[in-house]
Amino acid sequence: MKKLLAAAAGAALMVAAAAGSASAADKLKACWVYVGPHNDGGYSEGHDKGRQLVDKELGDKVETSYVESVPEGPDAERVIERLARSGCKIIFTTSFGFMDQTIKVAAKYPDVKFEHATGFKTADNVTTYNARFYQGRYIIGQIAAKMSKTGTAGYIVSVPIPEVIMGINTFMLGAQSINPDFKVKIVWVNSWFDPGKEGDAAKALFDQGADIIVQHTDSPAPLQIAEERGLHGFGQAHDMSSFAPKAQLTAIEDNWGPYYVERVKAVLDGTWKSQQSWEGLKEKMLIMAPYLNMPDDVAAMAKDTEAKITADPLLPFRGKVLKQDGSDAGPIDDGVLLGMNWYVKGIDDKFPQ
Amino acid sequence: MEGLEGPLLTIITASTPLLLAALGELVTERSGVLNLGVEGMMAVGAVCGFAAANLTGMPMLGVLAAILGGMVIAFLFGLLTLGLVTNQVASGLALTLFGLGLSALIGDAFVGVPGPGMPKLYIPGLSDIPLVGRIFFAQDFMTYLAWALVIAVWYFIFRTRGGLVLRAVGDNHVSAHALGYKVIRVRFLAVLFGGACAGLAGGYLSLVYTPQWTPNMTAGRGWIALALVVFAAWLPGRLVVGALLFGAVSYLALYLQGIGVGIPSQFLSMLPYLTTIVVLVVISRNRTLLRINTPACLGQSFVPDR
Amino acid sequence: MRIELIRRPEHSRTMVVLSPIIAIALTVIAGFFVFLAIGVDPLQALYIYFIEPLTAGWSIEALFVKAVPIILVAVGLSLCYLANNWNIGAEGQFAAGAIAGSVFPILVPGWNGPEVMVAMLVMGVLGGMLYAAIPALLKIRFGANEILTSLMLVYVAQLFLDWLARGPWRNPEGHNFPDSRPFDGGQVLPVLVGSDVRISLVFAVVAVIVAWFVLRRTLTGFQISVLGQAPRAGAFAGFSQNRMILLTFLVSGGLAGLAGICEVAGPIGMLRTTVSPGYGFTGIIVAFLGRLNPIGIFFAGLLLALSYLGGEGMQIALGISDQITRVFQGMLLFFVLACDTLIYYRIRFVRTGQHPAGEAKHGRA
Repeated sequence: MKKLLAAAAGAALMVAAAAGSASAADKLKACWVYVGPHNDGGYSEGHDKGRQLVDKELGDKVETSYVESVPEGPDAERVIERLARSGCKIIFTTSFGFMDQTIKVAAKYPDVKFEHATGFKTADNVTTYNARFYQGRYIIGQIAAKMSKTGTAGYIVSVPIPEVIMGINTFMLGAQSINPDFKVKIVWVNSWFDPGKEGDAAKALFDQGADIIVQHTDSPAPLQIAEERGLHGFGQAHDMSSFAPKAQLTAIEDNWGPYYVERVKAVLDGTWKSQQSWEGLKEKMLIMAPYLNMPDDVAAMAKDTEAKITADPLLPFRGKVLKQDGSDAGPIDDGVLLGMNWYVKGIDDKFPQ
Repeated sequence: MEGLEGPLLTIITASTPLLLAALGELVTERSGVLNLGVEGMMAVGAVCGFAAANLTGMPMLGVLAAILGGMVIAFLFGLLTLGLVTNQVASGLALTLFGLGLSALIGDAFVGVPGPGMPKLYIPGLSDIPLVGRIFFAQDFMTYLAWALVIAVWYFIFRTRGGLVLRAVGDNHVSAHALGYKVIRVRFLAVLFGGACAGLAGGYLSLVYTPQWTPNMTAGRGWIALALVVFAAWLPGRLVVGALLFGAVSYLALYLQGIGVGIPSQFLSMLPYLTTIVVLVVISRNRTLLRINTPACLGQSFVPDR
Repeated sequence: MRIELIRRPEHSRTMVVLSPIIAIALTVIAGFFVFLAIGVDPLQALYIYFIEPLTAGWSIEALFVKAVPIILVAVGLSLCYLANNWNIGAEGQFAAGAIAGSVFPILVPGWNGPEVMVAMLVMGVLGGMLYAAIPALLKIRFGANEILTSLMLVYVAQLFLDWLARGPWRNPEGHNFPDSRPFDGGQVLPVLVGSDVRISLVFAVVAVIVAWFVLRRTLTGFQISVLGQAPRAGAFAGFSQNRMILLTFLVSGGLAGLAGICEVAGPIGMLRTTVSPGYGFTGIIVAFLGRLNPIGIFFAGLLLALSYLGGEGMQIALGISDQITRVFQGMLLFFVLACDTLIYYRIRFVRTGQHPAGEAKHGRA
């Protein structure tokens, strides 16, 4: 009796599944792999918003799906391969740690296009893409130097990858362009997302005399602390002003949507080619949230710098850049930036090794 | 002295959720039940509190919902471990897993939404006293509640008949049963109280500490609360010391980086955990203290003999 | 009406077999309602979750890749738990094994003959054992609660690994990203079947068989269960509690360490800042799902691996949050634990006011 019931249930399941898959039309399948939850309020959510834009703009020709909270490592490989098997024609793997897995799976599925965010390995069917976030960091560095009364910013960071180091350095260069004696205090929280710890770090930094907070972590907690104390900070990845309407000066917003639409379209049109994209303010892969809670002249300066960087992506490094020990860093191009493993002069944190 | 005020305030707020959750677990363990699911109950409390406060716009309703949420899932634990005498360690771990997953499911719609926040209560006059004023008399209501609870729990355990029964049940369920106490009922109430406190602690995180909801926002605090109970040798007074010490060490780990001591941040981040281990060892060496206070039936199931 | 547990004079052999099946059935039924509640077609969802992953060769392969580290960890933990030692720090021992095992490929990169693998595996096992010895010795020497010390040591190991992979052991040619150099040649575990099922599957099977044999057929196994169920009787019989604490911790640490180095030298292929998506904690669930029986653990490991694959399938096909996986795992464990009660007890529904015969005994400790 039990067996019979089980068999009947199994048959019913099969029928249901068949009915489910039959309804899928002949749309192009575009797929995403996220390292965090799709609604983490930070990095992965930024990518998911991009995916939603694809849904919105190309919904009649494209079907999207995603897998979230995928651990970097063997699980990522399985998930990417599974997406390739399930008929995805273009797969965006959105975390650095998915690099080797993306390359490995791509070799097995030459007909599927792969796009890996923030990495450096490409293949005939693998493109890399990333945003020039440092551009925004230069602007907020200038704003911080103008707005700070103590001349000290607190900087909360996750983990020392080049992206983050680049951000700290450009922030400092921006601040020094306004106030050469500007100081920055750095706290590594070793996590991309831990509201409690980020909030505590913000408090510790404020307690040490910083009056402006910068973060390269994903939660709005540091801004909430700034709001509570009547001080200022900057949003990360999103406009976080709803969490801190009086504290947020601006935010460096991730804006992957237009790029995703463009690349999925390229697959539809058959014009997709492997490339290495590194886009910035000019291409609107990052955008600055409205400049709020600051005097008009500071906002005007910020807009001016934004316009200049839009015209010249490497503007922050046009002057002579000195390393922490005072030696000349030499001319800085994309290659140097992407492998940055030193601090600029004026940062008195020990470089994390 | 001026410079001390900020750090002290931070340490007190950082300790409050730990203190609340640990206090509940202390009562649970005093009854002889080990509930390792604190982290899961906190997560459910956090999401229920945030959701209720957000939907109604009333933070106080959020606090109630957080307590209820914690109790509901603690009820589940009680049903399993007390009703069906399942292994407490395994059930607690399952509760953590289940609670974290469930909270994320419930909270899906509330990620990225700012919370209503909870106003601070300034006690007129007293809050203006330099240094101590802001530390003792200008906290949010839940911090006061936590401190009041410590005293209440201490009073209950050591000064009331109910507390005596609770300890009797935790120390020797067979004799307690023989004396006519309802072992299972007492334990069930203790488990529910633990759930309420853990839920409240979660609510503190999502309503006061960082007014927002995100999956996994408890970030391991439930486990620290469990360690604190042992550290405190099941004594509420020592719990306060433990919670403050842990809050201070965590804060110090961040503060030292800001000063720039040049020690890799990973090693500073280890500090709170290493401190916990050292403290556990030190406390465990004091056998007399532990012998007197450890509930002898901790973690053991009981099926009444009728 | 009230529910009452009546202890069976002898444990029920029927229920030993039936209880896991009932538990799985209850999970499926509860899952049905969960899916209904979140507005998904429950039948389709259940199919994708539980059956689809078993319908293709590659996903069965993936099932084994995922299950191997979990089974290795869980088998070790089950010995600990049977002896009443609550090691919940396998995640840290896993990392310790990964670190120790990576010493040769990272510090002596040129040594990549087949013999280096033996050295790596030995180092991995030793790393896990030494790390597990800490909570064991703290318990023996100071009576420190091993649940908490072993858990705290997880965070310490993870932070240490993070520091190593970002700092001294970072690949100098890796664009400053936090990975070690990729292992090559003999530093990588040989593949057994397909593309990713490696020799570590053999280790897992051997571990299961050896553990089963030790528990059933040796004096040590007998000591483990006696000391676990009745410590005092064990002491009277002259069994050393302390020796057993150390032994079970070392075995479970060693197996977790082995799983760690097998992951690093296998599917990952290098040392990274994180080497485990929580296998040490999943191992705890699997140990209990398998009811602390090595053979049961083998199947429980596969079942849990299935829940991960099923969870991914649900996301791809139905766009359901991955948190559903955790809810399912939690429910499954709840039901397994609850159904276990049926092995030792009969459940009786009593109308209030009625006095049943006093045949019950005290609970199991």
